[in-house]
Amino acid sequence: MPTQVPHVNYLVLGDKPHLVANECVSCKARFFDRRNACANCSGTEFKKVDIGTTGIVRSFTIVTFAAPGVPVPFVAAIIDCEGTSVRGNIINTDPTPDKITLGMKVQLVTTSLGSDDDGVEAIGFGFEPAN
Amino acid sequence: MAADDIYILGIYMTKFGKHTDKDVVDLASEAVLAALKDGGVTMKDMGIMAAGCLMGQGSIGQMIQKQVGQTGIPVYNVSNACATGATALRTAIMAVKAGECDMGLAVGVEKLAGVGLLGGGGRPKSDGNKWSPSGRFGAVAPTDGRIGTDTMPGTFAQVGMEYGHKYGGATFELFARISEKNHSHSTLNPLAAYSKAMSKDEIMNDIMISYPNTRPMCSANCDGAAAAVVVSGTKLKTLSLEQQRRAIKVSASILTSDPYQEACQVLPDVNTLTRIAAKQAYEQSGVSPQDLNLIELHDCFATAELVHYDNLMLCPEGGAVDFFNSGATWRTGSSPVNVSGGLESKGHPIAATGIANIWEVCHHLRGEAGPRQIEGAKVGLAHVIGLGSACGIHVLEKSAL
Repeated sequence: MPTQVPHVNYLVLGDKPHLVANECVSCKARFFDRRNACANCSGTEFKKVDIGTTGIVRSFTIVTFAAPGVPVPFVAAIIDCEGTSVRGNIINTDPTPDKITLGMKVQLVTTSLGSDDDGVEAIGFGFEPAN
Repeated sequence: MAADDIYILGIYMTKFGKHTDKDVVDLASEAVLAALKDGGVTMKDMGIMAAGCLMGQGSIGQMIQKQVGQTGIPVYNVSNACATGATALRTAIMAVKAGECDMGLAVGVEKLAGVGLLGGGGRPKSDGNKWSPSGRFGAVAPTDGRIGTDTMPGTFAQVGMEYGHKYGGATFELFARISEKNHSHSTLNPLAAYSKAMSKDEIMNDIMISYPNTRPMCSANCDGAAAAVVVSGTKLKTLSLEQQRRAIKVSASILTSDPYQEACQVLPDVNTLTRIAAKQAYEQSGVSPQDLNLIELHDCFATAELVHYDNLMLCPEGGAVDFFNSGATWRTGSSPVNVSGGLESKGHPIAATGIANIWEVCHHLRGEAGPRQIEGAKVGLAHVIGLGSACGIHVLEKSAL
């Protein structure tokens, strides 16, 4: 019985937590979800590739109004992780426009989502400011 | 008029706002009956009907027919997010263009007053207190709010901010001034859900929804319907001179979906499909962006309006900020954008939007827009984006008569 599970199946836990993508063998397009075929070239062969854990903020928004049950405020962002676009929250900093800037450097970090009745802890990911 | 040209013969939009005493069938019926009357025709003249109501039931077209005329014609109930109305119109145009009939009807209707935030949420945890993966990402908990945002204001905020990252200059204040323009325009539109001018400071100090979009920078949820009658050039020649004079030529009718781009499945790419649709529309119509006397574009959020200046090629690539700052998109400028008040103040009853923007352009081309008339308007463009994505663009021209 594992003691930890990832929030999503494209997050790999362990000593060096990172994201993995399904990369199309023929055109190298990368996807994070379960694939039927490639959206770019319709190829059906994929391989797993590791995604870099550092990147820059290409876009963000500070969400102050969300669906019921979603804690606000939080920073939603699009991160350019060494050439692959990744969606994630910016955490471990104040969710204010003076702290979050376009082009800022960030790195992937994990965060606990809590434990279930069997004591299994779900681990999520986010990005924090990096030097 | 060439035989294979398509014209808008009759068109109508209801007042946008809160219609507590009317359901979607009432609103759509009002629009249909008035569009038919505007065109001087009846349900018996229609050879096809296309209808959309995004949040409603699948058979909205037949429900409307049961109030306005069950003539046995084919009904296409269409659904294409915020491009539903444009898709209904294009469906009717395609049927007429294909020669299946010489007149067609398109209608879009929505009741959205008071529904609040669109998008976001996700499934509640329903499997007791055990993490178990499900969905295409094998997620053990909802991703909205933990891995980015699914809300519409947040998604489109990122669309605008991404433009700022690429080209610079896209500040909170700039987006607020775009919204200020549209709210100012709305004061001349009696059919707008909101027709109150708002200063830049009022807009910036209003409730923040998703930075940099405050509440007045978001499209207004409201009730409304719009309908249009389309006719072939051949048929139009047999109608009265008055009908021919008021008919508006559809010089381009384009619908695109989003082609694959890196990142498009991480943040929806509303740019590429709009650029492709715009290019096709200008080619099909022979009209250039500088020829347009008015443009109704899909300002679902102030952050979206900025990127579409560029996508519709109203300005050089990367030049949207300077273009707005030049004053070009105010109603007194060289490329008036959203003189109706746009979705931020006129309102956005989803499936009605893609026909209501055609109505606005037709109104000016016919010289019937009253105090908000763009003088001498001869050609206009209407654009919508449905997230997912679909883009509809129509180029419209005044009758030569």
